[in-house]
Amino acid sequence: MSLIPASLLIFARQMRLSLRSPAWPVIGLFQPALYLAFLGPLLVRVAGAGVDGLPAGAAWRFFVPGLLIQLGLFGPLFAGLSIIADLRSGVFERMRVTPVSRFALLAGRVMRDTVVLLVQTAVLLAVAYAFGLRAPALGLLLMFLFVAAIAVGLSALSHGLGLLVRNEESFTPLLNAAAIPLLLLSGILLPMTLAPQWLDILSRLTPFRYVIDGMRTALYGDYGSSVVVAGAGVALATAACCLALGARLFARRNA
Amino acid sequence: MSTSGAAVPIIQATGLTRTFRVGRQQVEAVRGVDFEVRPGEIIGFLGPNGAGKTTTLRILTTLLKPSAGRAVVVGADVNTDPGAVRRRIGYVAQSGGTDGNCRVAEELILQARLYGIAKQDAVRRAADLCERLDLTGLADRPIRTLSGGQRRRTDIALGLVHQPPLVFLDEPSVGLDPQSRSDLWTHIRRLRDDFDTTVFLSTHYLDEADTLCDRILVMNHGRIIAEGTPDALKRRISGDVISLTLGGDADRAKAVLAECPGLDEIAVSGQTVRLTARGGEKALVWLLRAADQADLDLRSVNIARPTLDDVFLALTGSSLSENHS
Repeated sequence: MSLIPASLLIFARQMRLSLRSPAWPVIGLFQPALYLAFLGPLLVRVAGAGVDGLPAGAAWRFFVPGLLIQLGLFGPLFAGLSIIADLRSGVFERMRVTPVSRFALLAGRVMRDTVVLLVQTAVLLAVAYAFGLRAPALGLLLMFLFVAAIAVGLSALSHGLGLLVRNEESFTPLLNAAAIPLLLLSGILLPMTLAPQWLDILSRLTPFRYVIDGMRTALYGDYGSSVVVAGAGVALATAACCLALGARLFARRNA
Repeated sequence: MSTSGAAVPIIQATGLTRTFRVGRQQVEAVRGVDFEVRPGEIIGFLGPNGAGKTTTLRILTTLLKPSAGRAVVVGADVNTDPGAVRRRIGYVAQSGGTDGNCRVAEELILQARLYGIAKQDAVRRAADLCERLDLTGLADRPIRTLSGGQRRRTDIALGLVHQPPLVFLDEPSVGLDPQSRSDLWTHIRRLRDDFDTTVFLSTHYLDEADTLCDRILVMNHGRIIAEGTPDALKRRISGDVISLTLGGDADRAKAVLAECPGLDEIAVSGQTVRLTARGGEKALVWLLRAADQADLDLRSVNIARPTLDDVFLALTGSSLSENHS
């Protein structure tokens, strides 16, 4: 069985399971929705007061990309928990004794997480629209492409790490320890242009700083900007690296 | 995949070794294992938990690379051609392989399709397997609603969707009630009798090895320490098994009793001294007399034909049935 049909079979199985218990994707949306409702209006005021890097009238376009990154960091980044459950139940082993490509076992799962995040993105953008987000169509479309790259990278990384760590008690704190600094250093709440130099430098060492700047600039409608290109480049490169790492870990026979 | 020429083994393992690193220590789980399995056999891999049975099984099923040695499984080398091995074998892990939220038929169909079987065919095979393994009527049930025995039969069905000539079952009856166990044994026998499937199962249950298997490989501490049919293994213990349970010091009793004539082997297991003797009844007279003279606190005496546990005890010095995990 070749790679694509095999990946689609795994994807269909994982998707079926998600649809059967849709609680997690819904709960996952809850947190960004709260930010939108309870923090968004404050940010509109802050932007109105004139803050460097936060254009007046663009508060929602500034704020929403951060929430999308947050969705990714608390969704696909934790997707590896499902591989640990499948290791424990023997489901993963059962699939590994078939001749199916090891990469298909990863790809099908990553596809599911990507689709879930894209649906969450659509819901979040719709809610944000209700709160007052206005952005050009192409900018909104680019959000989905950025989000897809983020989902692929984080999900692949998480699945690979799940195979290494193999138990939820260590895995969850490990991911939290990574997610919180990545989130804060990306500048999701306030523009990093306000940061002291050391914090700005630290922030530039993490990928989401570039991704979020790219996403914001895209929503402002400045598609040709080097910031958008850099953001897209970093998002794609990170996704490719994580996918390669995940594939290597899935291909190991000594797991 | 020859079933006619019994000369061609379906499994041939040579010097299989597997070491793990636990912290700074090297643990040898499997230490140079050699054996052959012929097509059409039901082979039992008998040994206590931790003997290396699962590790060996996972090497033979390509899930784990051996540290040394090689194995040819249904004509393909696990090291150089794992893909071919995977196409030709079924494997049912001890933990099973199902998610409680999935349904029986959809998992069977998926599993068949992962082996490259076309959809229509996969649907038909899933229905056939449900019928064969008494799962009819459960096809659309979430797996979490099945009983232990039904769930185990689902696991086994998942290992059979591609009709492999060889299937590995790791501790298939662990956790099942007696009725489900004997049902399962019937299904396993039928696999061989009706479908010519070679069955390689691991177990730490003596009765399972004794009643189900044509041949047994006894494994302990990573090595195969004996092999043969259950009867041949039992014949290695020539004579009868006498068990004497004592109130006092069993080791002192062993020293005293060992002086008696006509004994073959003597071992202590808890408060019980177990001996084998060619003429059990005759030896018993000597033993009782010696026990009396040495003032041993004898509580009970039993004399029996040898069991596989006696074989294991004689081979390893510890009893398998007392080896609780």
